[in-house]
Amino acid sequence: MGPSGTGKTTLLKLIARQLYPDRGQIIVDGVDIATLSQRELYELRKRFGMLFQNGALLTDMSVFENVAFPLREHTNLSDRLIRLVVLPKLHAVGLRGAAELMPSELSGGMARRVALARAIVMDPDILIYDEPFVGLDPISMGVIARLLRRMNDALGISSIVVSHDIKELAEVSDRSFLISDGHVVAAGTPDELRNDQSDMVRQFMHGLPDGPVAFHYDAPDYKQQLLGTHK
Amino acid sequence: MRQNLAVEIGTGLFVLLGIGALFFLTTQTTGRNDFAGTDTYTVQARFENVGSLKTRAPVAMSGVTIGRVTNIEFDGESLEAVVTLVIDRRFSQIPDDSDASILTAGLLGSQYIGLQAGGSELYLEEGSEILFTQSAIVLENLIGKFLVKSGSDE
Amino acid sequence: MTRLLREVFSPALEFVRNFGAMVLFFVQLLRYTPWTFVRRFGLVVGQVYNAGALSIVIIMVCGLFVGGVLGLQAFANLERFNAEEATGILAAFALVKEIGPVITALLFAGRAGTALASEIGLMKATDQLSAMEMMAVNPMQRVLVPRFLGGVISVPLLTAVFTMVGLLGAHLVAVELLGVDVGAFWQQLQQAMDVEDVYEGIIKSIVFGVVASLLAVWEGYSAVPTAEGVGRATTRTVVATAIAVLILDFMITASLI
Repeated sequence: MGPSGTGKTTLLKLIARQLYPDRGQIIVDGVDIATLSQRELYELRKRFGMLFQNGALLTDMSVFENVAFPLREHTNLSDRLIRLVVLPKLHAVGLRGAAELMPSELSGGMARRVALARAIVMDPDILIYDEPFVGLDPISMGVIARLLRRMNDALGISSIVVSHDIKELAEVSDRSFLISDGHVVAAGTPDELRNDQSDMVRQFMHGLPDGPVAFHYDAPDYKQQLLGTHK
Repeated sequence: MRQNLAVEIGTGLFVLLGIGALFFLTTQTTGRNDFAGTDTYTVQARFENVGSLKTRAPVAMSGVTIGRVTNIEFDGESLEAVVTLVIDRRFSQIPDDSDASILTAGLLGSQYIGLQAGGSELYLEEGSEILFTQSAIVLENLIGKFLVKSGSDE
Repeated sequence: MTRLLREVFSPALEFVRNFGAMVLFFVQLLRYTPWTFVRRFGLVVGQVYNAGALSIVIIMVCGLFVGGVLGLQAFANLERFNAEEATGILAAFALVKEIGPVITALLFAGRAGTALASEIGLMKATDQLSAMEMMAVNPMQRVLVPRFLGGVISVPLLTAVFTMVGLLGAHLVAVELLGVDVGAFWQQLQQAMDVEDVYEGIIKSIVFGVVASLLAVWEGYSAVPTAEGVGRATTRTVVATAIAVLILDFMITASLI
């Protein structure tokens, strides 16, 4: 977790090597991904599932084809087998009935559930969620949070969730890291974080308007600017 | 890949139409292939002056195109232009004493070869030569003659 | 002084940088072209449909009227020299060598190029391209190269259709409307035109097809991933294609004469 603009999404993109690190190492499953060739990287990515902020469904395909997309691209399964793989995943997110809808006909929460089904269709080892709760109503949020937890336990995979939604995250996470200004400032279980006494953690966890993250954007002295002595 | 039927049919029609149009343009708007597919025979004719006759110019008899000029060369020995013509095999009964003249279509039009039938019983065939030829009328020469003539009349 | 220099040079530098990036992108497209063409032929077919088959109506309507106007103008001017029969020659040369390839490329940019640019731009803005990459699918092979190839294949075919329909339009106006002799119209046209003239048109249409498709795909791919950025990318596609096509038209014509 962390406030906006502190590098959470950047960190995710680095882990997935959508961005290339300027320096340092990123170790995923024992390998430094900065050293991988494109082919090795793509092999590694087949073991990743990623859920984007707004779902990122392919707009020219139906829900079913969206979920089937990784299978069609990476395997030679027959249509019948693909159905056998895809329909249970859609059922798991409760959208088996929406299989023939187009992404434009889905609500934000539904789109994200479809994206979740797509992310798990290749049975990944690591699931990455980029802001899964942003812009959802409380019901959809609860649904996603519960799905997230259930997927994690049922499939036995590691999940990385980036969010600034403390309440939802506290329910689903085992371990949280608070990032600020490109650094990890606190780590621990949700309870530990809530009781942390440092200013930064307190401000974030309790939503205080002023603190280390200042309310005012950097500005020249107020009085001077009003009186016109500072341009 | 799974394409739906409309896409496949639409693409197929489009590509066929496009290729058809290309074919139309290369064959129907240019003169090169008029006699390419048909059975032809080749004859030669020597001219003192071919004027601005070009390869692919039509060979006409009684105003109807029956062949094409395929080659124009200069014979360094006889100092004449050697013109090769192909003529449609359907017109195989052209007397071998017919004469060939280089004519102009219209006042400023392109030049073509006109054949005038002779009276011989023998016909032109593959490889024969048209013996009676009349050179191109070069406009500049004509004007020159005209001026000289009108000058001497006075 | 340095400020002035910077204001003059930084747009120029930006242009050069942009152009360099586009050339590199073009090389990438070409690198993936053989693989995509063989292994993902279905995708290419789908894009030929999008870029070509869906543009055919606009191409034919425009071709008909452009040909008709050429017929009218040629007739009106040639009539003064009693050379109405040459209407066909004039219309055919204009259509086959210049107007066919150029107008087709411009119409393609307007109809299909903008659609390509905005589609790719939107895919980028909504993370679809990143999502593909995360699913270990290379967007180059899956999205960009098929669209590029669809355009490259479509433009020469569209040009041929445009030119043919244009000739038909000139024929309708000159022969049916103004009374030029039908035999004279076609025979003079056939005598005047060489196969080389048709080849010139075909060469141009191939070059324009590559350029128009490249620009559309590139503008979409390099668009700023926002609604505003996608809008700007579509505008830039049309403007850049028009400029590039007209400059290249001059250069090709000059080099072939």
